[in-house]
Amino acid sequence: MNIAAQADRTAQSITPEIVAEHGLSPEEYKQLVAALGREPSLTELGIFSVMWSEHCSYKSSKVWLKKLPTEGPQVIQGPGENAGVVDLGDGQAAVFKMESHNHPSYIEPYQGAATGVGGIMRDVFTMGARPVANMNALRFGAPDHPKTKHLVAGVVSGIGDYGNCMGVPTVGGETNFDARYNDNILVNAMCVGLVDSGRIFKAAAKGIGHPVVYVGSKTGRDGIHGATMASAEFDEASAEKRPTVQVGDPFTEKLLLEACLELMEEDAIVAIQDMGAAGLTSSSVEMADKGGVGIELELDRVPTREDGMTAYEMMLSESQERMLMILKPGSESIAERVFQKWELDFSVIGYTTDTGRLVVRHRGITEADIPLAALAHAAPLYERPWTKAEPQPLITLEEVPAPNSLLGALECLMGSPHLCSRRWIWEQYDHMVMADTVQRPGGDAAVVRVHGSDKGLAISCDVTPRYCAADPYEGAKQAVAECWRNLTAVGADPLAITDCMNFGNPERPEIMGEFAGAVEGMAEACTALSFPVVSGNVSLYNETNGVSIPPTPSVGGVGLIPDISTMATMALKRPGDVLMLLGTEEGHLGQSLYMQAMLDRSWGAPPPVDLEAERSTGDLVRELIRSADVSAVHDVSDGGLLVAIAEMALAGGHGVVLDALSGPLPAHAAWFGEDQARYVIAAAPDKADAIHKAAAAAKVPLRLLGRVGGDAIVLDGEPPLPLSVLRTAHEGWLPGFMAHG
Amino acid sequence: MKASVIVFPGSNCDRDAAVALEAVSGIAPALVWHGDSEIPPSDLIVLPGGFSYGDYLRSGAMAAHSPVMREVVSRARAGTPVLGICNGFQILTEAGLLPGVMMRNATLKFICRDVHLRVERNDTAFTRHFTEGEVVRFAIANKDGSYYAKKATLDRLEGEGRVAFRYCDAAGKISDAANPNGSRRNIAGIYNESRTVLGLMPHPERLADPALSGTDGAKMFASLLETLH
Repeated sequence: MNIAAQADRTAQSITPEIVAEHGLSPEEYKQLVAALGREPSLTELGIFSVMWSEHCSYKSSKVWLKKLPTEGPQVIQGPGENAGVVDLGDGQAAVFKMESHNHPSYIEPYQGAATGVGGIMRDVFTMGARPVANMNALRFGAPDHPKTKHLVAGVVSGIGDYGNCMGVPTVGGETNFDARYNDNILVNAMCVGLVDSGRIFKAAAKGIGHPVVYVGSKTGRDGIHGATMASAEFDEASAEKRPTVQVGDPFTEKLLLEACLELMEEDAIVAIQDMGAAGLTSSSVEMADKGGVGIELELDRVPTREDGMTAYEMMLSESQERMLMILKPGSESIAERVFQKWELDFSVIGYTTDTGRLVVRHRGITEADIPLAALAHAAPLYERPWTKAEPQPLITLEEVPAPNSLLGALECLMGSPHLCSRRWIWEQYDHMVMADTVQRPGGDAAVVRVHGSDKGLAISCDVTPRYCAADPYEGAKQAVAECWRNLTAVGADPLAITDCMNFGNPERPEIMGEFAGAVEGMAEACTALSFPVVSGNVSLYNETNGVSIPPTPSVGGVGLIPDISTMATMALKRPGDVLMLLGTEEGHLGQSLYMQAMLDRSWGAPPPVDLEAERSTGDLVRELIRSADVSAVHDVSDGGLLVAIAEMALAGGHGVVLDALSGPLPAHAAWFGEDQARYVIAAAPDKADAIHKAAAAAKVPLRLLGRVGGDAIVLDGEPPLPLSVLRTAHEGWLPGFMAHG
Repeated sequence: MKASVIVFPGSNCDRDAAVALEAVSGIAPALVWHGDSEIPPSDLIVLPGGFSYGDYLRSGAMAAHSPVMREVVSRARAGTPVLGICNGFQILTEAGLLPGVMMRNATLKFICRDVHLRVERNDTAFTRHFTEGEVVRFAIANKDGSYYAKKATLDRLEGEGRVAFRYCDAAGKISDAANPNGSRRNIAGIYNESRTVLGLMPHPERLADPALSGTDGAKMFASLLETLH
């Protein structure tokens, strides 16, 4: 039976309800029929529905994403491949990307988070890189929400079990608790890999008549329509979507990693793409489309986990740990030998053609025959209407009451869910395997050594959702700036970022306005800091019953430390060292953690980001680190100056004696204000002069804060806060919450 | 010192062990695939950490039955020193070269952190660069790291001086508070009867490089080098 006849037969059964179930609007269905030139078969409808889903097509976000800067001398590969690539010199490159797995992780936290980690690692090793570090950015609901504890436990253990088994260190990340994520948590996973810059593999399927090879796990019925689920909002019935969550097997992925890297040593692969969202469909369509060829698949050759799977199910399955490759003709036996050694399935399932069409055959029937251009380029593209909320005004300091005790407020902040130690999380991650983790979790950025060299890769994930909620533009600028600052604080040259744009329903103009604002803020900061975007993803429809998450543009940055012997850490190291603040003091308390944790309120504008000041202050800090003038460095962010100092004290096990304030600001604004572009540094007293001169030359304000020494935080006019008390508060909250809730 | 590091599907500390061995000996160890039934002539065999066979069934259980293990057992019985780290320790117990089993950690969670260990004796091939009772810092990274054996077995291990390392605090005190995973009698590593086979859960290879915030682990590899040179 030919496809037209078969489509004729099924067309009668494609009702408006079936179209709606596939997440396509009636208008989009009309476009589909026009692009295809006839009614689709059910399999074709399924293929279109995933390729045209928000998740795969970026139909709401594409027009905005074009505004992001993606180029620079350090960029080898920008957006459009499986991951971005930046140059590390000496013929080496870093490959990295961050991706969301939000919807599945809410429905099934363990498997959702685990397969998020598995997927992002495949994106990296698909390009020929060995993954060397994982990170994650997690947003959970309020601690007192009944689901939060269960979600934290499941997500952390899913991330840990997958990365630990793979033998790739999970070196850090960030975690927030906020009631606005109660019904839509965010799990953003980032992976960084290393590759020789001359051996990068891409996804473009060049050449006609080349074998299309399937490797990895067998295909099952799991994850069907995962991409469509990730493109819709939640309601009461969302738990029923559990079967659309994929199931991960890190052991198989470890074998797949080693097998792929082993085969990449041979001259056998033309193109390679992992089967992630929309599985066999998107991998085959994207490879064929990028290479300008057609592709013919024989589904009877696809290794399946269960009998009786239909073409529809095979094309839409999101079973994990699978790869699709185009091989050079005659290389099949080399590839088969490698995959047999690693005990993985291997099957030639089709060939490239010159027809420009995706043809899918199963049991002698043509199940789909679609022009690739229709799938890849005729997808709807929306310039959705948007409205921008009026940004909140800057607050006046008189509006924010002072605490009874500054050190009491510090203890309270450091023991709050927002600032407490994340040790309970990262001790469940193997953060040392590969024996190159030279800066472990808990610092400003994690650092992994480039294996066999003295170079270090610094990695940090950042965004402050409460800032973004108040002002998406300023908040997104701040996310980029803080990431840049965190990389700078360990002594790295920031290279580039990957982003994960987590937002609500783009069909609502106010959400689209948040998205537009965030993209503009991000673009401005990336340009000003020469910190381009090389990869990323967009996750929309993070809302339930019409209530959206705060706009959350997560940023994952990578920087290079030319010589790890000059790496800086935040830990105070020597009694007697002087403590200094670099940067301005304006006392911005709007949207501060002080306000949120102490007053249980959020109002006002977030602290504005002066990108010129970021650059000059950061460049100065890097210069001071490399000339070995400083003994400790920490950026000032959540919680402000006093929190930054307390974190340095706890990390080093040394107290501080702080000088009395002399400026015009109220004490609580000076100590807890979250002004941007600031760092605290410690240095030997005999270096202070040189540092003063360097700061003056760079036109960066500098203030002496006090001295390192003792075993408490000492502040004029208050009883000292012993480090042991502070440590108990800081380390206690998360384990206590998870044990008792 | 010619060393062989066995690579099982799912091993993931094979490279780390090889790097640490090469750093002290200057000779790159042979990496021996689990499916091989031959091991090159070796002064030392290392079973590295990781998740052999995904730790499916039980940690180390399937690896213990892979072809190469027959040769490892026979070399060990003939006196070749064998070092099993983490998953390697689990495999040694499953293969019957060491007594006891590894249970899930008392917290039921994966734990990755530095731990202090007390070196129980320094007259073995693995420990001669340490002093007796020395407190060292290694790193643990496991979910099934709680050592368990019957009382009679534990008594016998202690009576025969076969406890290699115990979890302790920074001052060397053995206590429940210093026991990260509920191991019986704070045992972190044990020897076979002839003290030529050592299995331990902590990873000496992870703190064997000044850039990695500790070098106590390097002393174990230096001990082996001096003994087996």
